[in-house]
Amino acid sequence: MYVAVKGGERAIDNAHAWLAEERRGDPSVAELSVAQIRVQLALAVNRVMAEGSLYDPDLAALAIKQARGDLIEAIFLIRAYRTTLPRLGASRPVDTGAMRCDRRISATFKDAPGGQVLGPTFDYTHRLLDFKLAAEGELPQAETAQADPAPMPRITDYLNRDGLIQPEPAAEDTPPDLTREPLELPANRALRLQALARGDEGFVLSMAYSTQRGYGRNHPFVGELRVGAVTVEMDIPELGFAVEIGEVELTECETVNQFVGSKTEPPQFTRGYGLTFGHTERKAISMALVDRALRWQELGEDDTGAPAQDAEFVLYHADNIQASGFLEHIKLPHYVDFQSELELIRKIRAEASAAQAAADREAAE
Amino acid sequence: MKEMDQYNFAYLDEQTKRMIRRALLKALAIPGYQVPFASREMPMPYGWGTGGVQVSAAVLTPEDCFKVIDQGADDTTNAVSIRKFFQRTAGVATTEHTEDASVIQTRHRIPEEPLKEGQILVYQVPIPEPLRFLEPRETETRKMHALEEYGLMHVKLYEDIARHGEIATAYAYPVKVEGRYVMDPSPIPKFDNPKMEMAALQLFGAGREQRIYAVPPYSRVVSLDFEDYPFDPSKAEHPCALCGAEHTYLDEVIVDDDGGRMFVCSDTDYCAARRAAGHRGAMAAPYEEEETAG
Repeated sequence: MYVAVKGGERAIDNAHAWLAEERRGDPSVAELSVAQIRVQLALAVNRVMAEGSLYDPDLAALAIKQARGDLIEAIFLIRAYRTTLPRLGASRPVDTGAMRCDRRISATFKDAPGGQVLGPTFDYTHRLLDFKLAAEGELPQAETAQADPAPMPRITDYLNRDGLIQPEPAAEDTPPDLTREPLELPANRALRLQALARGDEGFVLSMAYSTQRGYGRNHPFVGELRVGAVTVEMDIPELGFAVEIGEVELTECETVNQFVGSKTEPPQFTRGYGLTFGHTERKAISMALVDRALRWQELGEDDTGAPAQDAEFVLYHADNIQASGFLEHIKLPHYVDFQSELELIRKIRAEASAAQAAADREAAE
Repeated sequence: MKEMDQYNFAYLDEQTKRMIRRALLKALAIPGYQVPFASREMPMPYGWGTGGVQVSAAVLTPEDCFKVIDQGADDTTNAVSIRKFFQRTAGVATTEHTEDASVIQTRHRIPEEPLKEGQILVYQVPIPEPLRFLEPRETETRKMHALEEYGLMHVKLYEDIARHGEIATAYAYPVKVEGRYVMDPSPIPKFDNPKMEMAALQLFGAGREQRIYAVPPYSRVVSLDFEDYPFDPSKAEHPCALCGAEHTYLDEVIVDDDGGRMFVCSDTDYCAARRAAGHRGAMAAPYEEEETAG
């Protein structure tokens, strides 16, 4: 029996070999290529990039393959890789107003300059299983049209012009970075947004949903949701100007929230903001709602005690890599702690039953 | 040297190690105080020793001899995994002998063999905040430490006595370091608490919670108690079935379908050394063969 505790090393090696075999699955079925995952499971790739905080579709696809489709495991692989990369510098803030949108919708205006562009969305699809996909065969080509060259200014800018929405002046200070500094509270909005952008989609979604159901309700409308490519520019000190270094796909959501005013702020619309890598609109909308909920203090609102208003609660529990690691660590041996609990329970029980026996004896006498 | 070339020595880059060392120095200057540090994502999950691993990575030098224990044993799976990690990324010598190790990373135990000057004991810490389960908010607990406001903890210990007749904390038993900070000793059994006044340097790393703290050699480490209910570092009242030791912390092992059990040293190295020196417990003989085979 003592041997059972030994041999941990061999057990680990064997487990890894078995895992590799399970990952490949039935060898008579063709192996998935990383390119197939990148192209055909693009939304999974996007989620891994967003929560992994690393924009690299090829690496995300590789991580998904290695993780057997477990997206949190894939995010973990990306995070662990990302943290080893040297920091060469920071880009300039991207201009999402100049985004080349594949999709751009507003729920607050029927039409706006640049128009409503549905883009590749599941919205309005009937969720019926398409058995044609189970058969092989080429799909018909979707119709194409020339993109409208007109600019697509941000919807909230129109409200801003009339002073109907709370302004969001540009800040000059460098935002904090929770991947380089420990999270300390109170966290400013930039830090909160960073934490939410990396946060677990399910967690952020549920937090956002809870605000809609009345736990810190903030009456959101999707002012605008846009998905598309933006260019990334970086200042090169040797050159003295910024150069384009690449392009990333982003999803941006700005909510317009009803606001009746408070002790410190006049009645006006307020904003929630979400920005995520890739086409990840459920996450971006959720993020915007939670962002707005967390702004209660600066807007002079009441703390209703709702979970989504509690920055410490939200920020400390949004990260799925921290959460899953700590949750799953209870699989590790704990027999030393358990043993000490056993001894304690036995001792307390022995004392209690001795006291009971003494009391019974006394009653009998 | 093959695999080492792919990584910096001990995996972390030098800038990160520098950041961790600064946190360690601050921690040593303020014994028991939790220093926030920018914990990195390690290639093992949070909760599996990432804090200890980062501290070890920051203190290891190529000349070090490294030992890893989990639950007192060198051969539990996670101890094996962490030892392998540093073999691969730092190429340091490793050992199972407490005496030979210069750096010992541990989860949930302090070795039975008293540690010496020059040795470093690195603890893996899941929840560094001793007040966490009394007050869930970090903003509040930091304030309580700053004001040395530990009344809540004493009330908890008092309520334990009122309810159970004794302090119902068996592991992660809170201590006060150098008369100032109340500190979580990590989930070691309270049996190990008195050993914390030791000649070796004790470093604590909590990766997920982003905290480092430390106890310098020979610091005063007092387990919280009351005059009329003094601290009691109890353990199972059995001798080790293999080596016969009566002064060591024991694991209880179920040995048959009828719930039969035996008690053995949780510190496997200590137990093996005793048996090598000729000590025999009640159940030692039948297992000798397997030991030498293993």
